[in-house]
Amino acid sequence: MITPLLLWALRGALFLLALAMLCALARLLIGPSAQDRVMALDCLYINGMLTMLVLGILYASSVYFEAAMLIALFGFVGSTALAKFLLRGEVIE
Amino acid sequence: MTSGMLPWWVETLTILFVLAGAAFAAIGSFGLVRLPSFFRRIHAPTLGATLGVWCMTAATIVFFSAQGDHLFLHAVLIALFVALTAPVTTIFLMRAALFRERQKGGKVPSAASET
Repeated sequence: MITPLLLWALRGALFLLALAMLCALARLLIGPSAQDRVMALDCLYINGMLTMLVLGILYASSVYFEAAMLIALFGFVGSTALAKFLLRGEVIE
Repeated sequence: MTSGMLPWWVETLTILFVLAGAAFAAIGSFGLVRLPSFFRRIHAPTLGATLGVWCMTAATIVFFSAQGDHLFLHAVLIALFVALTAPVTTIFLMRAALFRERQKGGKVPSAASET
């Protein structure tokens, strides 16, 4: 079903995305300020969601879209809550 | 699901979009490590959140529409959701960073209400 060329392209894309997640993880660990770490976490969420989409093409299954949707949803909620916490010191006031 | 080989142009488009999306995400994340200050760094990941997500969505739509018999549009939901939420997160984070930098007495513009 999937030709070798497409298979290798998908593997290359997964490699690039893993590299991107490593970069975001490095910024998450060394980030000098708290807002740097929140931004790195947000970037990590986006990269993880893109990885889910590539895996969905690789295994030709649409189950991965729900997972990608959930990752995007929780990433948004988490980043917004953290940014609100940095701004106010409280998440819900 | 129809069996058999995909047309060559479907495969080419999928490869192009997948590799472009992954490359955009990698460049954006690399900028996150490379750029010197927070206010420069906040620009970098938006490359992955816009072009990366849209390219990957296009690849998904092309691949699954050719594989199934009908147009596959579920992935547009993800791209639309990210397009709606990424600016909100970035604005919140930017305001928080400005607020904290002002509290520390850093060299940032003062709040609009104070001037």
